[in-house]
Amino acid sequence: MSANVIVALAGNPNSGKTTAFNEYTGSRQHVGNYPGITVEKKEGIARVDGREVRVVDLPGTYSLTAYTQEEVVARRVLVEDRPDVVIDVINAGALERNLYLAVQLMELGIPVALGLNMIDEARKQGLRIDAARLSQLLDLPVVETVARTGEGLKDLMSAAVSHGDARRGTPWKPLEISYGPDLDPVLARMVERIEAARFLTDKYPARWVALKYLESDEDIRALGRAAGPLAAELEAMAAEVARHLEATLNSYPEAVIADYRYGYISGVLRQGVMTRHDELSQRLAASDRMDRVLTHRLLGPVIMLAVLYGIYEITFAIGEYPMGWVEAFFGWMNATASAALPDGLLKSLVVSGIIDGVGGVMGFVPLIMLMFMMIAFLEDSGYMARVAYMLDRVFRLFGLHGCSVMPYIVSGGIAGGCAVPGVMAARTLRSPRERLATILTAPFMTCGAKLPVFILFVGVFFAQQEAQAMFALTLLGWGMALIVARILRSTVIKGESTPFVMELPPYRLPTLRGILIHTWERTWQYIKKAGTVILAISILLWAAMTFPQLPEDRTAAFEAQRAAITAQKEAAEAGGEKAAEAETADADKSASGAAVAEAPAGADQAGEPSEAAAEGEKSDPFEEQLAAIDAEEAAAGLEYSIAGRVGIALESVTGAAGFDWRTNIALVGGFAAKEVIVSTLGTAYSLGEVDAEDAGSLAERIKADPHWTPAAAAALMVFVLLYAPCFVTVVAIKQESGSWRWAIFSTVFSTILAFGLAVAVYQIGTAMLAGG
Amino acid sequence: MGKTIPLRQLAVGQRARIAKVDAHGELGRRIRDMGLIPGAEVEVVGRAPLMDPVALRLKGFTLSLRNNEADFIAVDIDAKPRPQE
Repeated sequence: MSANVIVALAGNPNSGKTTAFNEYTGSRQHVGNYPGITVEKKEGIARVDGREVRVVDLPGTYSLTAYTQEEVVARRVLVEDRPDVVIDVINAGALERNLYLAVQLMELGIPVALGLNMIDEARKQGLRIDAARLSQLLDLPVVETVARTGEGLKDLMSAAVSHGDARRGTPWKPLEISYGPDLDPVLARMVERIEAARFLTDKYPARWVALKYLESDEDIRALGRAAGPLAAELEAMAAEVARHLEATLNSYPEAVIADYRYGYISGVLRQGVMTRHDELSQRLAASDRMDRVLTHRLLGPVIMLAVLYGIYEITFAIGEYPMGWVEAFFGWMNATASAALPDGLLKSLVVSGIIDGVGGVMGFVPLIMLMFMMIAFLEDSGYMARVAYMLDRVFRLFGLHGCSVMPYIVSGGIAGGCAVPGVMAARTLRSPRERLATILTAPFMTCGAKLPVFILFVGVFFAQQEAQAMFALTLLGWGMALIVARILRSTVIKGESTPFVMELPPYRLPTLRGILIHTWERTWQYIKKAGTVILAISILLWAAMTFPQLPEDRTAAFEAQRAAITAQKEAAEAGGEKAAEAETADADKSASGAAVAEAPAGADQAGEPSEAAAEGEKSDPFEEQLAAIDAEEAAAGLEYSIAGRVGIALESVTGAAGFDWRTNIALVGGFAAKEVIVSTLGTAYSLGEVDAEDAGSLAERIKADPHWTPAAAAALMVFVLLYAPCFVTVVAIKQESGSWRWAIFSTVFSTILAFGLAVAVYQIGTAMLAGG
Repeated sequence: MGKTIPLRQLAVGQRARIAKVDAHGELGRRIRDMGLIPGAEVEVVGRAPLMDPVALRLKGFTLSLRNNEADFIAVDIDAKPRPQE
């Protein structure tokens, strides 16, 4: 490897910077996160004239203030990592505004090369740019490019690298522009003081530090306070000039600085760099025509609803197939491992703990891929910005942002979604507070895993109003998400709403490559991060539901029952039908472990044990009995395990919401994945394996149980809707919010909220039932 | 020379020149970063279905901002409203 050149890519969002990065590095890129924050860190290797070049993709920014995380990160990379050269990818069609960032880069002094990107569109819009003249005036390489087709990219990189080579070893050469009679003198004085004290000058140019003090840049001021006593003096100087400007011009330093920067830019452009052959309003004509329909007062919302619904439908309808394959694969693994391993703890660990746990995580992968493919399409096409534009007024009422709609819908705003891709979809939000509120509330939606619980209980208790009940639950999810978001935004995530000032980029057809790279990045991150944590947690949960195991004497009792049945069976096979009369059905008892319980089953409920045993696919009465004993042993084991004990211990508390210990165990399991609630409930009711999609026998059992009233059922459904997100979601929340703190907060807060509401529903419901 | 009005009062299709930006702090920075500075020409190209936010055309690009953010911006109307087609 020859000399390692580092090139940083900077640019405004929507300038084509990411497209350029993908073209340069192809698949040889690495995506990570900057420590502690959610801004993505992307790096890749490009080959230029036989040399390896490390390309760092800075977050897209409009400026180099300390206003967003993205800007702080971009600045840190520039001064800490000191790239050899920065390529600023510019949307040539909006040259004036894009040069605002370029000028700030130049003021920092780092070698800069400009890529006039989307030059083809700019030309079509009637813009003429003299790149050579611009290059001469700014004294840096300027190359026209079309990143989508790759045109000019190679030249740009070569020019940038040689510019970096030429400047290597020499100190940075900051651009100095005049900030007018009010600021220039004080700037000069500040620079003098800074240079004399060598204040922050190991990393930052003196004039740049002075400017940042005038701009009241919090990031630099904090650094300064740690650096030395000059900080206080500089702050005082900045404050004084601010007072002066206020008094004389009714303005303030930041505004004056921005005006002079733009003034410098238009001064440069006026020197024969750019001519516009058109008028303001005649440009972007095609995009405007589309907007006239797509953001139309009436048509706009209708089309938007159709698009959002379509995305949801496509994700879950198409996603079902690959999800089925993944499930089938893990089912096969499960069966293979079951057959290969001897009965016992190891088998249980591998099958129930590892394969089912990892399978549960991998099952989401197809959904996530599809979801991101479509979100990438919406984002790259420019439509996502319009969605935010149209919905902002509504979501703002709740302290959210127009972009919050996507995570909500994907999470189950249309019943049946999934909070994992939903939480991840919140990345489209650039406003940190609104994004956090969205992430924390999106899991309230009715995701697909909660549905079987609702279907089961609605079917039993509210069969007449099935559709209404399901719709009411979906609405409750929305209502709670919005209300809780409002509450969070005025308490723990307090703060002004982030300014909405946002670009509405022209509509474009996204490139397939961009979408695929984007999708793969996200999916791979999910597999890596969620995979490891989830595996650990699913093993823990398996242990909680397995240990301690039933004591010897109790397993021996079940063994004795089985032996007795087997003996009877053999006798019956030998002695014909004689034994049939002596048949004893499964005892409908809680698994007390009492020795051979042989009470005859209630004749009218005879259908139910046989249904339970139908899993064993034989109608042989002895097989049924054996299966029933297995199920009872499983129930006894579950009750005896840590999870069971927790469930029983919690009964005194959860009784207020009408949950008995069986429900509690199921709900504990639901912390891992809501899918297991119904199946765990089945195990606790000694029904053996209950298929979540087809819980007929469990429904019968619940109907017959006097403990279950409509009030208890309603309370349970409210609880399941709102309580802690499943572990995969919790991990996603951690990943997207950047800290475990919020993930834990979400778990605890949601559970308390859900329990409070469930108690209210149960108590009021019970009172109403008693009264009516 | 026309008169100066708050940006919020511009009708769709109407053009104006920014006279003054009064926003401080985060909002002020964001507005300036996006090129909304005194002297810049703007045209209201649309309003969201609920009349807020508003879509603004500047040189070569379109921005959206909320009405309460537009309140910090005063504009001079010296151009005639463009006839709607």
